[in-house]
Amino acid sequence: MEAVSAAQIIFIVVALLTVATTFLVVTVRNLIHAALWLVATLFGIAVIFVLLDAGFMATVQIVLYIGAIAILIVFAVMLTRRVMQDVGPQSNENWWLGTIVAAVFFAAISTLLWSIRWPALPGAVVGDTVLALGRSLVDPNQYVIPFEVASVMLIIALIGSITLALPGKQSE
Amino acid sequence: MIPTTYYLALSAILFSIGVIGVLVRRNAIVIFMSIELMLNSANLAFVAFAREFGTLDGQLMVFFVMTVAAAEVAVGLALIVAIFRSKASIDVDAVNLLKG
Repeated sequence: MEAVSAAQIIFIVVALLTVATTFLVVTVRNLIHAALWLVATLFGIAVIFVLLDAGFMATVQIVLYIGAIAILIVFAVMLTRRVMQDVGPQSNENWWLGTIVAAVFFAAISTLLWSIRWPALPGAVVGDTVLALGRSLVDPNQYVIPFEVASVMLIIALIGSITLALPGKQSE
Repeated sequence: MIPTTYYLALSAILFSIGVIGVLVRRNAIVIFMSIELMLNSANLAFVAFAREFGTLDGQLMVFFVMTVAAAEVAVGLALIVAIFRSKASIDVDAVNLLKG
């Protein structure tokens, strides 16, 4: 056993923090607090992306998830305020069933994880990651069609959400 | 160097907590946050495999997952706001009618 390296310490600390904040997202009562714990979780995952030599993905994670999605969720919480804040049960009657299903799922997937040994390959992506990512997104032999489909899907989602959220169309 | 299995184990833990959130909570917004957690844990697994196998395909898949997540959040939150406007509640147990 070699000595514990800095990367391992960072991984353990960040992983524990991320699991704790994730648990808080699911359990905490106040919705705004849940959204803020979600931001903490997303940030922890960004740190783990950095540990995985994916610095660009970490940047995208922070800009897109924390900058856009988490803020959208906070707005939605504010728009649907004073609902189910402190009154009534926060979980449905079948909570034990849901917990059992999740536990069984976790047991199955961790059995799978520990039984498989992946072949040891020469790791680490070489060269300029951002350049390679950009190239393969516009390369006709690689990912240009999913890229275009994704852009069309974003436009459709944009129009759809505006249409859905327009006020005063139906009787309210 | 940290073994890939550890990253995958972390991903599995986060995904399972997300599953609990979706199955157990009644508030639609918390369910949304749990879905985001599950998508993020899948992203973590993708990036871990991308490093393990030394290719960029996993990271590109993360791009597309993020795109889908953004679209899903936009449409889903618009739906939640619309449901809240008509029913004054975002309890998923109360939303059991397509019309009315």
